[in-house]
Amino acid sequence: MRKIRVLVAKVGLDGHDRGAKVIARAFRDAGMEVVYTGIRQTPEQVVAAAIQEDVDVVGLSSLSGAHEHLFPRVAKLVKKQMGDKVLIVGGGIIPEEDIPALKEAGITAVFGPGTSLKEIIDFIKANVDVGQAD
Amino acid sequence: MLEQLLREFYQGSKLAAARIITMVENDTPAGREILRKLYPKGGRAYIVGMTGPAGSGKSTLTNSLVKLMRQQNYRVGVVAVDPTSPFTGGALLGDRVRMGDLALDPGVFIRSMGTRGDLGGLSWAARDALTVLDAFGCDYLIAETVGTGQSQVDVATVADTVIMVTVPGLGDDIQAAKAGIMEIGNIFVVNKADRGDADQVVRFLQATLELGSRDAGWQPPVIKTIAWQGTGVEEVLKAILAHRRFLEQAGLLAGLRQARMKEEVMRRVERMILDRLNNGIQTGAVLSRVYARELDPWTAAEKMLQSMLCSKQE
Amino acid sequence: MLKEEAMQAISVAKEKWEREKLQKTLSKQPERHPDFMTVSGYPVERLYTPADIRYLDYLEDIGFPGEYPFTRGVQPTMYRGRLWTMRQYAGFGTAVESNQRYKYLLSQGQTGLSVAFDLPTQIGYDSDHPMAEGEVGKVGVAISSLADMEVLFDGIPLDKVSTSMTINATAAVLLCMYMAVAEKQGVAWKDLRGTIQNDILKEYAARGTYIFPPGPSMRLVTDIFAFCSRELPEWNTISISGYHMREAGATAAQEIAFTLADGIAYVDAGLKAGLQVDNFAPRLAFFFACHNDFLEEIAKFRAARRLWAKIMKERFGARDPRSMMLRFHTQTAGCTLTAQQPLNNIIRVALQALAAVLGGTQSLHTNSFDEALALPTEEAVRIALRTQQVIAYESGVAETIDPLAGSYYIEAMTNRLEKEAADYIKKIDDLGGSVKAIEQGYLQKEIQDSSYRYQKDIESGRRIVVGVNKFQIQEKSQPKILRVDPAVGEAQIQRLKELRAQRDNRAVQESLAKLRQVAVSEDNLMPVIYQAVKTYATLGEICDVLRDVFGEYRPVEIV
Ligand code: B12
Ligand SMILES: Nc1nc2c(ncn2[C@@H]2O[C@H](COP(=O)(O)OP(=O)(O)OP(=O)(O)O)[C@@H](O)[C@H]2O)c(=O)[nH]1
Ligand SMILES: [Mg+2]
Repeated sequence: MRKIRVLVAKVGLDGHDRGAKVIARAFRDAGMEVVYTGIRQTPEQVVAAAIQEDVDVVGLSSLSGAHEHLFPRVAKLVKKQMGDKVLIVGGGIIPEEDIPALKEAGITAVFGPGTSLKEIIDFIKANVDVGQAD
Repeated sequence: MLEQLLREFYQGSKLAAARIITMVENDTPAGREILRKLYPKGGRAYIVGMTGPAGSGKSTLTNSLVKLMRQQNYRVGVVAVDPTSPFTGGALLGDRVRMGDLALDPGVFIRSMGTRGDLGGLSWAARDALTVLDAFGCDYLIAETVGTGQSQVDVATVADTVIMVTVPGLGDDIQAAKAGIMEIGNIFVVNKADRGDADQVVRFLQATLELGSRDAGWQPPVIKTIAWQGTGVEEVLKAILAHRRFLEQAGLLAGLRQARMKEEVMRRVERMILDRLNNGIQTGAVLSRVYARELDPWTAAEKMLQSMLCSKQE
Repeated sequence: MLKEEAMQAISVAKEKWEREKLQKTLSKQPERHPDFMTVSGYPVERLYTPADIRYLDYLEDIGFPGEYPFTRGVQPTMYRGRLWTMRQYAGFGTAVESNQRYKYLLSQGQTGLSVAFDLPTQIGYDSDHPMAEGEVGKVGVAISSLADMEVLFDGIPLDKVSTSMTINATAAVLLCMYMAVAEKQGVAWKDLRGTIQNDILKEYAARGTYIFPPGPSMRLVTDIFAFCSRELPEWNTISISGYHMREAGATAAQEIAFTLADGIAYVDAGLKAGLQVDNFAPRLAFFFACHNDFLEEIAKFRAARRLWAKIMKERFGARDPRSMMLRFHTQTAGCTLTAQQPLNNIIRVALQALAAVLGGTQSLHTNSFDEALALPTEEAVRIALRTQQVIAYESGVAETIDPLAGSYYIEAMTNRLEKEAADYIKKIDDLGGSVKAIEQGYLQKEIQDSSYRYQKDIESGRRIVVGVNKFQIQEKSQPKILRVDPAVGEAQIQRLKELRAQRDNRAVQESLAKLRQVAVSEDNLMPVIYQAVKTYATLGEICDVLRDVFGEYRPVEIV
């Protein structure tokens, strides 16, 4: 099977990177190739990186309440520029009631605090589309 | 499908370039086919290899260097390789995070790759990715190797100019010289000049280099930099251009590239033979005769090669 | 009996006990784990005896409260004289809303204010900056100019409250705004009491709201030290924080070490700026987390106090005992609180708060049970505050000083943590001090390694988190959470527009030009920032000038 390539991204001004870095390491240990963007990225920067790295998964992390604004923007740009193949997931502090709108916007799953790493990894492995481009 | 992808590629679509790199990286039949098509379009880009110990500042230097190249309107591609874990097969590709300044520049393409089990500082896939970006129309390509030990020698087989990055306080200068790394560098950079005694390293390198270098007629410069501030990076760019001019004017560039291409082909031959031996034919029977000391290794090898050449490709 | 002999006797007796008593039990029923560890991953022995602290010298190592080395506390009477300050970190939305929350908290018996700013304010962007879109008022109050600050403290007498502001890269600007509000209220600067966090080093290491590179950032810090030592003598000019590094994943020993190493860097910077150690060191304050391991945390606070006292005395030759006192604020550890069965958090917070009090904290924030869901609701904050009040008034622990001193385990662990931290500080010294160590990503790497180890222990079940990886239930829907009105952003943009139209823009431009001049010089920046603030120059305008002169920090992202 080909390797899963993931971009773990922190969008907006949020500086909470503990979870994102834990996730990045966990993905690596699960055999994935992981690119981490660092904090304070704009949606445009995230998508530019996702394109060049041709990732299969874009993982967004937000704990400072700007997810409603930023996640859909990233999703929109990803869909527009990369098509529907890319799996977009999110995590962090996301109130339950916000999740339907995020799903609507194209974030396939949202993982909150306390989610086991295994659950996240299993989800990605089950839902990623690593079919060949040819 | 492939046609469409190639069309987009030639129109300058970064996504198409990225997808093609993925295909060649995964070594799919389609990837091979594309490489066949792209190789003839290549040869325009000038390739700079960036090598040196882990954490010496290769990525940071690349970031600053590319910014300068962009001021001169060159289109630049970067292929940066990080080690793949032999245990999990995963990798944290950490070079890109140092190149944040370039993220949105339309004239820059950065691709991170894992070594995926290849020994050597540049994976097979990285070489093929360079071919793709060459055909994509990049003027300059920078290949950043993994930052370990001796495998950097590899970079000399792809790059026109090799930059060796080192830092003060490693204490293994002698080690470096011994490992043959000194011979492959065309430009030496002593980065992190804001820390420790860079001048001492510069003096050491200069003294060692005077004893002789790879190309007669080219004295490798030693440049001090503070990569994250961009200090000294202009000199690095100048040195690259100077080395290029030197190679061109001395009529060495074409020969150098041909030698490298030959090397590239021969390595692939080696690899293909090994691959076929490993999954194709019956090595077991021959080997058990060696184990039984009925056959000596030379004869056994001849036998294997013989049967491989006779067998049809799978 | 001589001490040596007594220790010998204890060791012998312990061996006998192990042989005769313990083995029997163990052979019938082994212990729950082959080995035990603290939350920080440090091995814990089965039993501690006087032999474990045989080298402890009471007078030298423990001493008396209010005296060097301050192991037992920084005041002679501790909580018998005055309870710790109960200070809940709060702020969200507009200045108007936060002002109401502060008045509510004060009416409920809270004794100090603690202001949370939104991220644009912390990173020097006005509410109408493109980077601020979607972030205004979300996780703190939005303050873009003096006009907002005036509203924030409206009706709150600044000579009566002490105010702590969690502000770092833009601390100078916000402090100037606070001073300007005081002036308006007719309160003299010398009567202002409070703290600005102003600890830029841990921003690079763990918290993330940096703007400028370390050099100019440290200058801003020392400019504040110098200015305040003259003008705001009661103000704590910095709160050197381990809290955020701990919350990012550090262990207890790393928390002490990295905080004190940063402290050393600030003292060095102050000295380099020409200040006398005893002129500014008494105003240095500290800030720690209180994590789950009840006993380890108590020992941590005691170890930190003793180690800092020694550093100040021995390394910096401080003479004034106040320079050697590690006074600190504590916040219970948010990272221990769960989104699952959130009411359980009340219990966790109570235990953590108790440990902080037993460790001798000067002020305390207790987290709310909805910590892992959103900013706290009013009800959740009230319970958190009540937790402190129950400890203070009902539990009895505040009636005597440092009651756990002399516990073999606590003293042994105090020693161990002090040593472990001192070893780390030595390593950081070898790297050239904490600024250099942070630039190389050393602290970050250490913290992340600890954080990942912690997470993997949870993942494997070796570390139990009640309600998360054991004792789970089918979760009901989330309790009611606080939501910031999305109209805040628009309202702020409107306010700024009006401000920019109404103020004397020539005065603003002049003050900014002056600011630029001083920024490129070596003069103290505080007076010019104050002047700029008074003209209603915005936070963003002021920071843009400084960005232009100082440049912006590029993070050393380590994964
Ligand atoms: C640790 C922490 C901090 C640390 C951060 C250290 C660091 N470098 O990360 C410090 C102390 C610095 C900090 C600061 C602040 N914090 Co804080 N912080 C927390 C806290 C306590 C824990 C977060 C955490 O790291 N948990 C451990 C990690 C491993 O879990 P996690 O991030 O949730 O990740 C898990 C999942 O969410 C998911 N996940 C996360 N990201 C991703 C990404 C992908 C791709 C996937 C698939 C999954 C995934 O998987 C992980 C594993 O289960 C939370 C409350 C809480 N208990 O959650 C508040 C919290 C997030 N902080 C909060 C606030 C307000 C702040 C401040 C803005 C306060 C202020 N006004 O100054 C500051 C500013 C920080 C900044 N620069 O942005 C609020 C946010 C409120 C909101 N969103 O409505 C919270 C919720 C606390 C609260 N209730 O008030 N904080
Ligand atoms: N002091 C100092 N640090 C630098 C300088 N250049 C880079 N660094 C820092 O050195 C660390 C490593 O830099 P990288 O650019 O990632 O080094 P690298 O050689 O690409 O590392 P690998 O790809 O992991 O081998 C980072 O923390 C950089 O910020 C410099 O000139 N001075
Ligand atoms: Mg690199």
